Amino acid sequence: MNYKFDFTAVWAAIPDLLMGCLGTLGLAFAGMFIAIIIGVAGVALRDSHVPAIRWAVKTFVEVIRNTPFLVQIYFIFFALPFAGILIDPTPTAIIALGVNGGAYAIEIIRGGVQAIHKGQIEAGKALGLHKLQIFRLIILKPALRAIFPSLSSQFILLTLTTSVASAISAYELTSVARLVESASFRSFEVYFVVTALYLAISYVMLTSFSLIAQRYFSYPAR
Amino acid sequence: MHSGEFLFLLQGLKWTIILSALGFFSGAIGGLIIALARTSQWPTLRKATAIYIGVFQGTPLLMQLFVVYYGLSLIGINLEAWIAVTVGFTLHASAYLGEIWRGSIEAVPRGQVEAANALGLKYFARTRHVVLPQAIRISLPATVGFLVQLIKGTSLAAIVGFTELARAGSILSNQIFQPLLVYAIVGTMYFILCWPLSLYGSRLEHRLAVSTR
Repeated sequence: MNYKFDFTAVWAAIPDLLMGCLGTLGLAFAGMFIAIIIGVAGVALRDSHVPAIRWAVKTFVEVIRNTPFLVQIYFIFFALPFAGILIDPTPTAIIALGVNGGAYAIEIIRGGVQAIHKGQIEAGKALGLHKLQIFRLIILKPALRAIFPSLSSQFILLTLTTSVASAISAYELTSVARLVESASFRSFEVYFVVTALYLAISYVMLTSFSLIAQRYFSYPAR
Repeated sequence: MHSGEFLFLLQGLKWTIILSALGFFSGAIGGLIIALARTSQWPTLRKATAIYIGVFQGTPLLMQLFVVYYGLSLIGINLEAWIAVTVGFTLHASAYLGEIWRGSIEAVPRGQVEAANALGLKYFARTRHVVLPQAIRISLPATVGFLVQLIKGTSLAAIVGFTELARAGSILSNQIFQPLLVYAIVGTMYFILCWPLSLYGSRLEHRLAVSTR
């Protein structure tokens, strides 16, 4: 192997790459925000009295979970202009990430709500708690505790998925990396450093989520 | 869309299936090694495989494909695209399957290993006849779930330049200017491939939940 590694082009591009990291985090947070809204709405609609609505929610979940994100993002990218909506790649990517994450969020939140036993609510009533206390202490907190681990790992997965948004040139880390690569031809060096940046991002997220889980969602020691 | 154009998509579908199968089977071999190393008695081996799994689960699949693709070409041999992506998916699948199977191996009740020890079974016989048969049963739902994830993941080979189903779709939609139709068909093909597997996976999960209750 007589290849000489040359990282100078990558070091020179570090400020751009760090901005790309912010772009990635922006996409991930915005996408997750939409995903949680879709998740909560989906869980509510899944128990609807109208069979067609229930069926629509289930179909949405199955279709999204059984097709690649790349095909979804292309479809949305080309479908929106047909619907008369012309928007930039980055908002398109946020919508696609939100829709994709939403399907998974529906399943996760549904599991959390189902985990609450009806007898616990009755026990709360018997203890004389009023409605708000029952909702906060008996429904919301245990449900959050049940869904937080899966929801946070889904969040990290969604963050890693944002790299696919480079296929439509949304502003995030992988797109920036491809620009740096095409200007420097140092493909391996660029992608090696960018992979390390992604690893750092997911490590920081993983650590923060477990700190949050410890602080807010652990069972009392007593 | 002509029948010839539809056939072009079917060709892409064929490559998606081949790539998924290659990645899954060679990844299964790698995954088994990783899982056994992860549950071995040597701390260094456990640590090294934990790092391997952490790196692959903490970085985007697309980056893994890029690094492998350009990394292999650095070593000198200019590989064909399909070999490079197969290597990429194999490394990826080894990490995920290794982690899934580590969990299942650890889920096998401790008494089983102790009983095998008491019967005088050595590591190889114990693993092959006692631990793995039970671990495989426990791991099946998650393994099928990962297979679905892998099939969807092969679409990223399109970005590296390998013509499987997703890239066949991009090429065709650039030719006939009907992106919505093309991507709807491509999406349907992926769905037909993945949905039965997902249903099978959740049935297995349900059956396992009932039998271990």
